[in-house]
Amino acid sequence: MAYAAGVDVGSTQTKAVIVDEDRNIVGRSLLDTGANVVKAAESAYVSALEAGDIEEREVEFVVGTGYGRYRVTFGNTQVTEISCHGRGAVHLFPNTRTVLDMGGQDTKAISVTADGEISDFCMNDKCAAGTGRFLGAAAAALGLSLSDLGPISLKSERPIKISTTCTVFAESEVLAWIGKGKKIEDILWGVHMSIASRSVALMRRVGIADEVTFTGGVSLNVGMVKALGERLEKQLNISEDCHYMGALGAALFAHDHVVAGRAPTRHGAGVTS
Amino acid sequence: MTVTAGIDVGSTYTKVVIHDGEAILAKTVSPTGFRLREIAIETFDRALDESGMGRDDVAYVIATGIGRHQVDFKDTHVTDLTASSRGAGRLFPGTRTILDIGGQTMKATRVDELGQVQSFRLNDKCAAGTGAFLEKTARYMGYTTAEIGPLMSTSKGPVPISGVCAVFAESEVINHLSQGTAPADIMQGAIESLTTRSVQLIKRVGLMPEYTLIGGILRFETMGRSISESLGSQVNVPEPEMVQFVSALGCAILGRRRLDKIRVEDRGRVEAPA
Repeated sequence: MAYAAGVDVGSTQTKAVIVDEDRNIVGRSLLDTGANVVKAAESAYVSALEAGDIEEREVEFVVGTGYGRYRVTFGNTQVTEISCHGRGAVHLFPNTRTVLDMGGQDTKAISVTADGEISDFCMNDKCAAGTGRFLGAAAAALGLSLSDLGPISLKSERPIKISTTCTVFAESEVLAWIGKGKKIEDILWGVHMSIASRSVALMRRVGIADEVTFTGGVSLNVGMVKALGERLEKQLNISEDCHYMGALGAALFAHDHVVAGRAPTRHGAGVTS
Repeated sequence: MTVTAGIDVGSTYTKVVIHDGEAILAKTVSPTGFRLREIAIETFDRALDESGMGRDDVAYVIATGIGRHQVDFKDTHVTDLTASSRGAGRLFPGTRTILDIGGQTMKATRVDELGQVQSFRLNDKCAAGTGAFLEKTARYMGYTTAEIGPLMSTSKGPVPISGVCAVFAESEVINHLSQGTAPADIMQGAIESLTTRSVQLIKRVGLMPEYTLIGGILRFETMGRSISESLGSQVNVPEPEMVQFVSALGCAILGRRRLDKIRVEDRGRVEAPA
């Protein structure tokens, strides 16, 4: 069996995915990136191999992606995370035309074609407002873990509107609301809506298509999924694999190389990018 | 003797000045926190104690700052811009442009010869242009706000800090630290970044000397020096122990003027029937 692998080294977490010849996911792993980026990439790859019970020599091609893609020392090539998220999203949800990728440090809105190619994108990487960091700040201010935020926010009955833009000021605003005796769930729902509003504004800049797929670590947050659904007035595509979308896309690009490498004459020369 | 008080409830600190028309009798400061009503009373009472006055001895109280509406015992309130221009004008009569760098806001105000506000620009949307930027930078390195001043005095030269976002500055700070850069030089880099933002804001109200710089951040002497160099002009900076109190001082002085005006009107009313 010939396998292909994708390793996505993100600012906060590193993900690895291995696919078989039929593009099915056979192994995946996730760990915190930490300070040693090279080590994180290696560990994630090894864990994914173990999860799929696959020998390293069975993997024919590895693609690195994410901000640390050049630190994937065992990678055969690199592809940007924007291409990978687009490719992965269209693979899982073929009618996807808009992708919202919300990670730990930045938010990206991506417009894709039916082939999973990028036609436009827009990103918020200059300002932490409207990114996963905004949730991190709220969690820190309230002494909660990130995974608690979404479920708690869903209990809100009397939502609060967060008025500050800056993540730094939002931290104080959250504490001020607590000081005024407001409920944590109401404050958190306000935080989610605030991020959703900024994300929708970002998506408008590339155009919002009928089918939107939500990727990246924040897609696991049920509060964020609901808030975006309300703002967009439609359901977003999500799956457990959305967190691994960058790595999945990278693995699919790696799979292309495996196929191209096997039958170069049939595809003609210069298929590899 | 007529005594007035100014109270400035800022986003980060609450400041009180008690004034007798000639000089400051007392000034006090407390972290604002979240209970604005209580902190206003507490800071005021401490100032009264320090000046040896009772609440009844204070003839007029003016409040300013983001929390001015929460000051229950005020006679009236004025905007931060009015308060700071009065205070800056008292300390430096030639003032035509005021830059006020607070914990969560940065304001540039242009005034005319009479100290009336002509134009202003403010940043209250983004922490990268406020004191919070310095506070965050210090915190990423494990220093408290109080340690920033002593730390910076050991700086040999700034390293560049982009200052685009106070949150993303964390990665920049960590990068510099891992490369062995001295925390003092990183802090000085943050000051330079804040300077760039300050000068941009001043340019938007028009470059009109004399410039007077106020707000808690000016306690760090390198801040005033850095802005002066960047503007290519002399700047007025109050004494370090006064920089935080300029708006509260402005309120106290305005209180005195209001009081004089009320008294004249009252006299007119009493004398009119005769």
